[in-house]
Amino acid sequence: MPGYEVHEYDVLVVGAGGAGLRAAIAAAEEGARTAVVCKSLLGKAHTVMAEGGIAAALGTVDPDDNWRVHFRDTMRGGKLMNDWRMAMIHAQEAPERVLELERWGAVFDRTRDGRILQRPFGGHRYSRLAHVGDRTGLEMIRTLQQKAVALGIDVFMETTVSRILTDAGRVAGAVAYRRESGELLVFRARAVVLATGGVGKCYKITSNSWEYTGDGHSLAYWAGADLMDMEFVQFHPTGMVWPPSVRGILVTEGVRGEGGVLLNNKGERFMFNYIPEYYRAETAESVDEADRWYTDKRNNRRPPELLPRDVVARAINSEIKAGRGSPHGGVFLDIATRMGREQILRKLPGMYEQFLRLADVDITKEPMEVGPTMHYIMGGVRVDAETAATTVPGLYAAGEVAAGLHGANRLGGNSLSDLLVFGRRAGLHAARYAASLAQVPSISGDEIEEIANEMYAPFHCADGENPFSIQKELQETMQDLVGIVRTGDELKEALRRIQALKERAQRVSVPGNQQYNPGWHLAMDLRSLLTVAEGIALSALERKESRGAHTREDYPKEDPEQAKFNLVVRRNSDGEPVLEKVPRPELPEEVRKILEEA
Amino acid sequence: MALRTISIYRGDSGGGRFVDFQVDVEEGNVVLDVVLKVQAEQAPDLAVRWNCKAGRCGSCSAEINGHPRLMCMTRMSMFPADRPVYVAPLKTFPLVKDLVTDVSLNYQIAKTIPPFQPRPPDPDGLYRMSQEDVDRVQEFRRCIECFLCQNVCHVIRDHPENKARFYGPRWFVRLAELEMHPLDTADRRQLIREMAGVGFCNVTKCCTEVCPEHIKITDNAIIPLKERVVDLYFDPLRWLADRLKGKRPGAVGAQQ
Repeated sequence: MPGYEVHEYDVLVVGAGGAGLRAAIAAAEEGARTAVVCKSLLGKAHTVMAEGGIAAALGTVDPDDNWRVHFRDTMRGGKLMNDWRMAMIHAQEAPERVLELERWGAVFDRTRDGRILQRPFGGHRYSRLAHVGDRTGLEMIRTLQQKAVALGIDVFMETTVSRILTDAGRVAGAVAYRRESGELLVFRARAVVLATGGVGKCYKITSNSWEYTGDGHSLAYWAGADLMDMEFVQFHPTGMVWPPSVRGILVTEGVRGEGGVLLNNKGERFMFNYIPEYYRAETAESVDEADRWYTDKRNNRRPPELLPRDVVARAINSEIKAGRGSPHGGVFLDIATRMGREQILRKLPGMYEQFLRLADVDITKEPMEVGPTMHYIMGGVRVDAETAATTVPGLYAAGEVAAGLHGANRLGGNSLSDLLVFGRRAGLHAARYAASLAQVPSISGDEIEEIANEMYAPFHCADGENPFSIQKELQETMQDLVGIVRTGDELKEALRRIQALKERAQRVSVPGNQQYNPGWHLAMDLRSLLTVAEGIALSALERKESRGAHTREDYPKEDPEQAKFNLVVRRNSDGEPVLEKVPRPELPEEVRKILEEA
Repeated sequence: MALRTISIYRGDSGGGRFVDFQVDVEEGNVVLDVVLKVQAEQAPDLAVRWNCKAGRCGSCSAEINGHPRLMCMTRMSMFPADRPVYVAPLKTFPLVKDLVTDVSLNYQIAKTIPPFQPRPPDPDGLYRMSQEDVDRVQEFRRCIECFLCQNVCHVIRDHPENKARFYGPRWFVRLAELEMHPLDTADRRQLIREMAGVGFCNVTKCCTEVCPEHIKITDNAIIPLKERVVDLYFDPLRWLADRLKGKRPGAVGAQQ
């Protein structure tokens, strides 16, 4: 086996999106020797694609807003499957995290009196999203990146972590490789923070980039941690549908937040026909009321276009299936008749550019065509609400890779605030844990050699399969059989196919050498993709009800009995996944009271 | 679908050449789609950087038929169907492999820039800024760090030796954003003149032309920075005082 560099840190952060950078900043400020490892160049992580804004009850636009309402909205949006303590911490700390970004140089859009402007968004009762036009994620990642640079944090760019190393059950470090050279890197680390984002690349139509291969989910799983709520996968209601090559690219919910409406091919605002009982009391009954809401929120109720994403995605799906869709298999999203050209260019410049350049559609003149796209996974690594610690000592997780905050469905805008709130907590507690260790856990040369042999195997396998073909088949399987609407039979079929793909993935070959070789990189990512795909399908089969983003055609209703547990996937001693129903704690009286507040 | 030829530069620091690939191109395909199709079906070891595929992350910069562009925002239909589309790596940066170049110089420059240093907040702990006052800063913060401006700037493209004394357009945008931030209190003018070498820019606006975010780099960032540097090094009151004392006017410029 080739030689390798060894680096030693107190805290190793895997991932340089919002959560990873915020964790690294917190760890470094706590005095820990900190490094960040990321698959792309710094500043390119998927956070950059977040468009609409950061949810935080700052109350600059609606003074009635406060953390209790944000907490309630988040829990209701998640169909009460959320970890209530996480949801509470999130709602309480988000405003301070946003103000902190401003102190670090972020420049949000302003109110008339010079404060941070907030926009309405799905499922949020008040205008709550601090934003910069439709490029909020870029502003956030740049601010955090510049802060991390100012703190002198070491960053290993274009480096992928392949395994977490443990010593007597505790984290001892990680094995990684440089994408550019293919060289092996070994990190000795007292604590590791996983901030790797999501799993979108196991679906065909997704808003996610190539990086989203479920690395952190898989690293945690193979290190012995629990994955929870994996059945809850969010399909964003509005992705582009045409032309085919852009299918899935995100169209921000900010379009609807700014007044955009969804129409079917008869020109009807069909969302009025899909208002769930659960949200009826707080949703407008008529077009007039909905339109008045934008200027008078006290006396009118929210437009149904701003219902939570799971509701809107299912509604669009139903309209298309009923033959009321747009020419290319979506529905229409209209902002052109709702807002002046100047205003659109100011508030949604990225959307304007995206549609004009990629689809020849001028959104200031004509409607967009949109349809659901796999966007986010609510499930992930099971963590402690206060510390973001996983069940493996020394291993932490924050952001999309962690479970709990969003329950069965995430509200738009709650992701960016999640990254900040729990990224900080993960970094802080990882640093404290690292400082508390009397001894540095040890790493084993034999184990590293074994891992290296597995990693370089695709170069030695003659006449194996192309890893791209296996990924493509997995994406088709998940899209067709584990999509928005699921059935038991299809999920069983998906599991059979995933099993076959797991076997085939053992025999992949790649041409060329170790230098910047995407085929080889994907060959290694297949392990993660297949691990998370199996976790999703297993959990989806087990949850025999429809709740939030998980819809079962064969079990179309919510079942109160099944609200009493979360599903956890962990690996047994043979490396096979096993499911456990973990009872949910009773909500304390004071929490129930907040949820019942009107 | 139509069969088209895409000619992709393949090689590394030791040299390389354009290699032709025949690809079925679908309606609406961008150059990145076609490159990724080649990678998935014909050349799995073809090196290319990309992330968002929507013009927001600035990863997939390349020279397409000689023009610096984002591959994800360049439609195949822009080019004549009967001729190959040539895709080459950015020329200004050292080649790693195929379409991937070594842009680490940019990350080293970023480390030298004194960070944001805000004034104290208002008495209630908040900052207030009017939208008009942040419009310009927001223009600069649209930068997606695609480094196309760095790539076309001839101060460094044609004279690699200048890389040691000239930061390049991206970094003037960053410096301008900090200097014009209503809350910032740091003074970076000496760095802008000396280390960043703003004086080397001869205002040909090549950077502005290629910016996919339409940032007016030359007019709004570089020229105002040049003016600020002049203000620092040329204090008119001092000049007048010196002149009255009979000193040579030119001598003032070198003092601070």
